[in-house]
Amino acid sequence: MLDTQQDGYLTADGRQIGPVVLELKNITLRFGGVEAIKDISFDIRTGEVRAIIGPNGAGKSSMMNVISGFYNPQEGDVIYKGYKRAKMAPYQVARTGIARTFQNIALFEGMSVLDNIMTGRMNLMKTGFLKQALWWGPAAREEDEHRAAVERIIDFLEIQHIRKTPVSRLPYGLKKRVELARALAAEPQILLLDEPMAGMNVEEKEDMSRFILDVNDEFGTTIVLIEHDMGVVMDLSDRVVVMDYGKKIGDGTPDEVRGNQAVIDAYLGVTHD
Amino acid sequence: MSDTVLFAMEAALNGLTVGIMYSLVALGFVLIFKASGIFNFAQGVMALFAALTLVGFQNGQVPFAPLINAIFGTSVHDFGFNMPSLLAIPATVVVMVGMAWLIERLVLKHLVNQEPIILFMATIGLAFFLEGLGDIMWGAEVKRLDVGIPQGMSGAVDDFTYNWLGYGFYLDTLNLWALVIAGIMVTALVIFSQYTKQGRALRAVADDHQAALSVGISLRFIWVLTWSIAGIVALVAGIMWGSKSGVQFSLSLIALKALPVLILGGFTSIPGAIVGGLLIGVGEKLFDFFMQPVIGGATENWFAYMLALVFLLFRPQGLFGEKIIERV
Repeated sequence: MLDTQQDGYLTADGRQIGPVVLELKNITLRFGGVEAIKDISFDIRTGEVRAIIGPNGAGKSSMMNVISGFYNPQEGDVIYKGYKRAKMAPYQVARTGIARTFQNIALFEGMSVLDNIMTGRMNLMKTGFLKQALWWGPAAREEDEHRAAVERIIDFLEIQHIRKTPVSRLPYGLKKRVELARALAAEPQILLLDEPMAGMNVEEKEDMSRFILDVNDEFGTTIVLIEHDMGVVMDLSDRVVVMDYGKKIGDGTPDEVRGNQAVIDAYLGVTHD
Repeated sequence: MSDTVLFAMEAALNGLTVGIMYSLVALGFVLIFKASGIFNFAQGVMALFAALTLVGFQNGQVPFAPLINAIFGTSVHDFGFNMPSLLAIPATVVVMVGMAWLIERLVLKHLVNQEPIILFMATIGLAFFLEGLGDIMWGAEVKRLDVGIPQGMSGAVDDFTYNWLGYGFYLDTLNLWALVIAGIMVTALVIFSQYTKQGRALRAVADDHQAALSVGISLRFIWVLTWSIAGIVALVAGIMWGSKSGVQFSLSLIALKALPVLILGGFTSIPGAIVGGLLIGVGEKLFDFFMQPVIGGATENWFAYMLALVFLLFRPQGLFGEKIIERV
């Protein structure tokens, strides 16, 4: 809470990165006897694009689930905006301004794209239940405001043409984009993206990379992402955490991480003994 | 018009109004199944319990009177005043909402992430528990329920059809009211689920639990909400069936009649529950009308189940249900 709160750094492309917004301290997560995460610490700064990389089964998604409250670690603290976070349910975490997407896409398949994104604004809606039911004064105005915000996001992510389409009919790449839109609709401070580009072709990957950078740039949203494609990660992120077998084996700028011997070993598959 | 056609029309109309009574019960099942994937075996007993509570309030009965008398040697029976329906119905709604909250606290909360069959078993347990509770609280005798809904032959329908067709149809006023009430209830449910924040949350939870959590929806709140609404729907069903045939423990068996309705309409569709109920109602009346001379009476006891069986063979997801696709 001392110096880390105040300082920041300047990125290579000239963006000012702010103080630490979320800090993970000595996180250990076990499932029965298996340690998915072993004593990991790192921090996330306001406005940065922070990547978590590592081979399959390294514990990246578990880490994401710890941050978003889907898992509660047995040991360690999550410090958010300077305060130690109490054990929270996922929906409570979401209400503190942390939105996420999922590796295997979790959208409301039966709803239209528009409705899906509207759902993202759930926590920003205020008027009471009776007024809404009766479509009464402030409720109608509020609904209009939320609709306008959602339309801006739809424009931003270039999905106007599928606004009314039921999500179940969309191809995979577009579903990923709708999921991003829903997360953005919550106007989060931190956006967690679990493999936003998995299963996409080169063109879709380029689009998604552009959107992620634009989100970071335009809204100043802090982004934490898990990604397998090393090229993409190195281009997008400001700092990278490398995990292997539940342990942190590297942490730094893409260039630092690239030169790290432990990271190279993990990726080239040196035998562990 | 020939007499046969007229009689068949009368039977079909009667079927419609009886069918809507089935729909009322099926609706409660659909709500819970949609939101949580639980097949709530206790829905029928909830209707019974709601009706018992309502009658108890109306008659100013002391809950648990026999138990209190047995323990303390007193002989209390009622408070000595009658609560008007206008007050007793909201009071029963409060009881049903409280029950939903307790069910979430004591049962569902502890069974999160369990297999659907486990939850189904839990609702069977709940059904027996509620049946017993209703018995101890309000007594086991058959009770008359009257909330002021008119009963008996509808004179208006009789007059109208007599002047028009030269033959007066016999329709029960109570069943006609059931039609109106079901219409109001479905409209209210649709407005609630389409145009309110909580309704949207409900649909979101029905669609995908994980995604709902990630946008900040509390599953536990939604479950209490769903069970509360199902409790209110059960109360309406309990009022209608209780007014028709008295509040008695066989009321809980109407849940069985809802099963074919669900198979026809689909477990996840509110319009399906309505249409399914109407189809079964009309179907069984017409089948009875035409087949009685051939195979004898009492076909109403089994027709619905047979129809459901045929549906299971050819369209297992029902008329409006989501298509069941297993991806391998």
